[in-house]
Amino acid sequence: MSGPNSSYDPVQVTPLGEEQVFAMRDEALAAIAGAADVDALKQVRTDHAGDRSPLGLANREIGALPPQAKKDAGMRVGQARGAVNQALAARQEILEAEAEEQMLVTETVDVTLPWDRTPAGARHPITLMSERIADIFVAMGWEVAEGPLVEAEWLNFDALNLGADHPARTMQDTFWTEPAENHVVLRTHTSPVQARTMLTRTPPIYVVCPGRVFRTDEYDATHSPMFHQVEGLVIDEGITMAHLKGSLDHFAQAVFGEGITTRFRPSYFPFTEPSAEVDLICFVCRGSGVVDAGGSASVQCRTCRGEGWIEWGGCGVVNPRVLVACGVDPERYTGFAFGMGIDRTLMFRHGVGDLRSFFEGDVRFARAFGTEI
Amino acid sequence: MRAPLSWIREYVDLPAGVTVEDLAARLTALGLKLEALEHPGSDLTGPLVIGRVLTMEPEPQTNGKTINWCTVDVGDANGTGEPQGIVCGAHNFAAGDLVVVVLPGGVLPGGFEISARKTYGHLSAGMICSAMELGLGDDHSGIIVLPADAGEPGDGVRGLLHLDDDVIEFEINPDRAYALSLRGVAREAALATGGVYTDPAQRDVPAPNAEGYPVVIDDLEGCPVFVARTVSGFDPTAVTPRWMARRIQLAGMRPISLAVDVTNYVMLELGHPIHGYDADRLSGPIRVRRAVDGEHLTTLDGTDRVLASGDLVVTDDSGPIGLGGVMGGETTEMSATTTRVLVEVASWDPVAMFRTGKRHKLTSEAGKRNERGVDPTIPEAAADRVVELLVEHGGGTADPGVTKVGTAPARPTVGIAAGLPARVTGMTIDEATVVANLTAVGCAVSGSGSLTVVPPPWRPDINDPFDLVEEVARIVGYERVPSVLPPAPAGRGLTQEQLFRRRVGRTLAGAGYVEVLTFPFVGTEAFDALALPGDDPRRTALRLANPLSSEAPLMTTTLLPGMLDTVARNVGRGSTDLALFEAAPVTLPSVGAVAPILPVDRRPTADEWAALERAVPDQPLHLSLALTGERELAGWWGPGRKATWADAIDAVRTIAAALSVEVEVRAAQHAPWHPGRCAELFVAGTSLGHAGELHPRVCKAYGVPARTAVAEINLSLLLEHAVAIVPGPDFSTYPVAKEDVALIVRDDVPAELVAATLRAGAGPLCESVRLFDVYTGEQVGAGHRSLAFALRFRAPDRTLTETEATQARTAAVALAAERHGAVQRA
Repeated sequence: MSGPNSSYDPVQVTPLGEEQVFAMRDEALAAIAGAADVDALKQVRTDHAGDRSPLGLANREIGALPPQAKKDAGMRVGQARGAVNQALAARQEILEAEAEEQMLVTETVDVTLPWDRTPAGARHPITLMSERIADIFVAMGWEVAEGPLVEAEWLNFDALNLGADHPARTMQDTFWTEPAENHVVLRTHTSPVQARTMLTRTPPIYVVCPGRVFRTDEYDATHSPMFHQVEGLVIDEGITMAHLKGSLDHFAQAVFGEGITTRFRPSYFPFTEPSAEVDLICFVCRGSGVVDAGGSASVQCRTCRGEGWIEWGGCGVVNPRVLVACGVDPERYTGFAFGMGIDRTLMFRHGVGDLRSFFEGDVRFARAFGTEI
Repeated sequence: MRAPLSWIREYVDLPAGVTVEDLAARLTALGLKLEALEHPGSDLTGPLVIGRVLTMEPEPQTNGKTINWCTVDVGDANGTGEPQGIVCGAHNFAAGDLVVVVLPGGVLPGGFEISARKTYGHLSAGMICSAMELGLGDDHSGIIVLPADAGEPGDGVRGLLHLDDDVIEFEINPDRAYALSLRGVAREAALATGGVYTDPAQRDVPAPNAEGYPVVIDDLEGCPVFVARTVSGFDPTAVTPRWMARRIQLAGMRPISLAVDVTNYVMLELGHPIHGYDADRLSGPIRVRRAVDGEHLTTLDGTDRVLASGDLVVTDDSGPIGLGGVMGGETTEMSATTTRVLVEVASWDPVAMFRTGKRHKLTSEAGKRNERGVDPTIPEAAADRVVELLVEHGGGTADPGVTKVGTAPARPTVGIAAGLPARVTGMTIDEATVVANLTAVGCAVSGSGSLTVVPPPWRPDINDPFDLVEEVARIVGYERVPSVLPPAPAGRGLTQEQLFRRRVGRTLAGAGYVEVLTFPFVGTEAFDALALPGDDPRRTALRLANPLSSEAPLMTTTLLPGMLDTVARNVGRGSTDLALFEAAPVTLPSVGAVAPILPVDRRPTADEWAALERAVPDQPLHLSLALTGERELAGWWGPGRKATWADAIDAVRTIAAALSVEVEVRAAQHAPWHPGRCAELFVAGTSLGHAGELHPRVCKAYGVPARTAVAEINLSLLLEHAVAIVPGPDFSTYPVAKEDVALIVRDDVPAELVAATLRAGAGPLCESVRLFDVYTGEQVGAGHRSLAFALRFRAPDRTLTETEATQARTAAVALAAERHGAVQRA
């Protein structure tokens, strides 16, 4: 075949015969089919479909043909080029797909490799439980009240009807600060927040106060000189023990699940009258005292030690003497208060056996609870 | 309080079918909380019978002991009627005595099974028992020898020994002191079951007369009633009847001697403490008065006590002979030779009892009752009961003299609206129920609608209408209180500060920090270990008067000691890669003001409230954090990244960013940090605290790994600056122009300062300045370093031209050159 010629005699031009064009086409198609990858196909494209490829040159030669031959040759070459381009496109698609597939195979990793690059953070379960409890009451329209840990003796005791000679107020329980005549203590309960709240707000009062408290208890598996309580206080017109029961039943269900109710037993606290201890129906055995031990066997429930009920806290109707000391009119208002141990609640809710786990700061402990409880 | 069921039954006729479990549950529902239910005797099973010792051969053994080889007639109890051969190690009996025998097949307390076994060369078929072996107390004096008329060989002895009973142990609240007696428990049992109650304190007593032992009371407020009776010709060798000793034992006290046991028995029965004197050791009349400061008394427990003027003392001509109502004195104590007993039953002022008990750190069964308040109307009955029992079981005669000084004070009445119990409890309680229930607990009730109530003398706790409400309600039953949600008004949710605090915790947890809680107690050693200078204000801390440990008597002013102890504990347990934080208040020293003890019959005045507030020390919330080991762990991906001073500073920046607060970081030197690796953090010009690497010496002192990084800031202060409402950003969507500059500056010029200068010099088109490289080395010269910054420029309203961006960059570099001598690196 001749090369491009800018000045040629058309008569000399070889007519682009059918066989010749078909051969070029078939050669191209074979090369396309034989291209192993995208790069090879690129070369095939240049060699068989480029401007300087046989078909490209043939195409150029068409112009020099006599009119009759031009038409036939044009049609033949056009068809051949069309077939080649189509084949190229099809092959390109196949080869790209193959190449991608190959790439994906070679890029395969072991997804079971660990990526424990940054150790997990966590919040303390007591913080989480305090917040959860706060949220339960905030959802009912209550607010969260707070007070200092180092507190005036009068607010911790006297204002709560715990006079200086009350048997419930002994040197053994309270941390006193020096000098003693300053009458400053580490609060022994969250109840001084009650007094502070009544003295700084006007009824209606609906507050809950989680916080840390201190008692001179030796540190062991069930005692700690520092622990946590949550206090609830409501002062409003027409408040009764029934409202107390309703609030605690709601609280119990929100923390322990549907159907968990409370039971009141008469008790004594200087700041409430009538007073009650609150038991919670055991959320594990649901009051039966026994749990399934597989098959038809059953064993004593470990959470409530077979009693069906768990001691949860204390509560009662706010003693009118407390209302008077805190400037609330006892003729107009009644109220109720309750107090529960947060640490204790966590201990039986999560089966924590040793109170010290909360205060040792072992990262494995808090991490087990994560960031929501 | 431990109450044997047999004893309860003496005063209340329990309805048939009421089990001890029922009773305990119903009493719990009434307010006497079940602590434990015991069934004494139930751990002793099998044949336990009377035996008559027929023969008794002492046989010395090679081990120095002598055992007795006995034959014992146990009737037909052994099935054969033949004498039973038993080896016994005790010697306090003789042939012919009646003894208690447990035969093979029996089980003694503790699961000790009896069988015929070879011992000391004999086949011993059973055991002759001591009181201790049968669980009847800790009497070591040998085996039980029964009286000759106890019964016939082979008879069962369970009843004779009062083995079987049920004991309910109650937790008694301070307001139910009357239930520290069988009289009180039985009264509640009657209330609980509807059984008929017989008051053991109801008895005919001889009228007081002038022949009794002379008693003078100087302080009728401290001792309103004093009754004295005397028994003469008492046999000091008389033993306590078995039933009485058993009850005293089951009630949790120890039988001692007849005279003492009788006073304890009657105290348990009636709830009124009683004291017995050896009347022959008294000299002259008894006088009750307040002690004189510095007076001495040796109490029954052998302790020499220095008395104070608040103590009530019983005296005779020799001086103090007893701490009234709390504990008797040694000099007039009843002994093994006492033949004349003076019985004292006196009422005491509970407050004085409480103070004396507290002052002398003395707790006694008597004191426990007296400080809670006892029935002041029953001393004559109690004394008469003691006399009766002493005469009955100890011989002798009751002297005709009966001393009674003072009278029980009258109880003030309490008014209550009949509707109050319903109004307070939310239960439906009609007036008839109110009256019936108050009457049932012993009140005298009169009137209607508005009731007038005289509380019973054994209930000093009932003084207010609400006290009566509780009495009515507990009988109606707390289980009948309905469950109703209160109609709370719409709340405002958490305060902004509460929300901010949560945000801080979540941010740090999200950044890989684990929250810990530590105790706030420290000693000066903790401050020394932090290498705080002598005049460091953190050394001035509030001191506890009664710390749990004398080594940690202070309320800490810094969270770092607790934090570093926690780091050391974790590292010791193998957790070596740590990022910890704690948010907790610290206590600043008090200003020394007195927190007044205010009246409780009214609201404090504004001045009084201010005084209270002033006396309570400031307790700002602090945040501490610590890092050690690897912040990012080494792994198959490559090496880890060690936690450094920079992480500690970054943590504070991260929190501040979460609160939309800008903090400024400045180099500082401050204990306990490394002097060259300590940053002080400022917000609006005020110091927040410090962060950086711990001083190597401090690491050693606390036993934490070298290069541990810590931070401590005043979180309260930071929260004050937190932005509650963050303005929405107004950002341009035009293309960004990026320009990098490397500036050579002296190495004591803080990077933060250079960045700020670039920001200022670059003008309003500058979107951000970020340091991305620090280089030191020959190319920049000694004492210098190269800081490389990436600057981003953007206009709000157009695409910046290259010239504009270059000009801004040039201006920034020029200002850095002017201010810091910065030279742009080629």
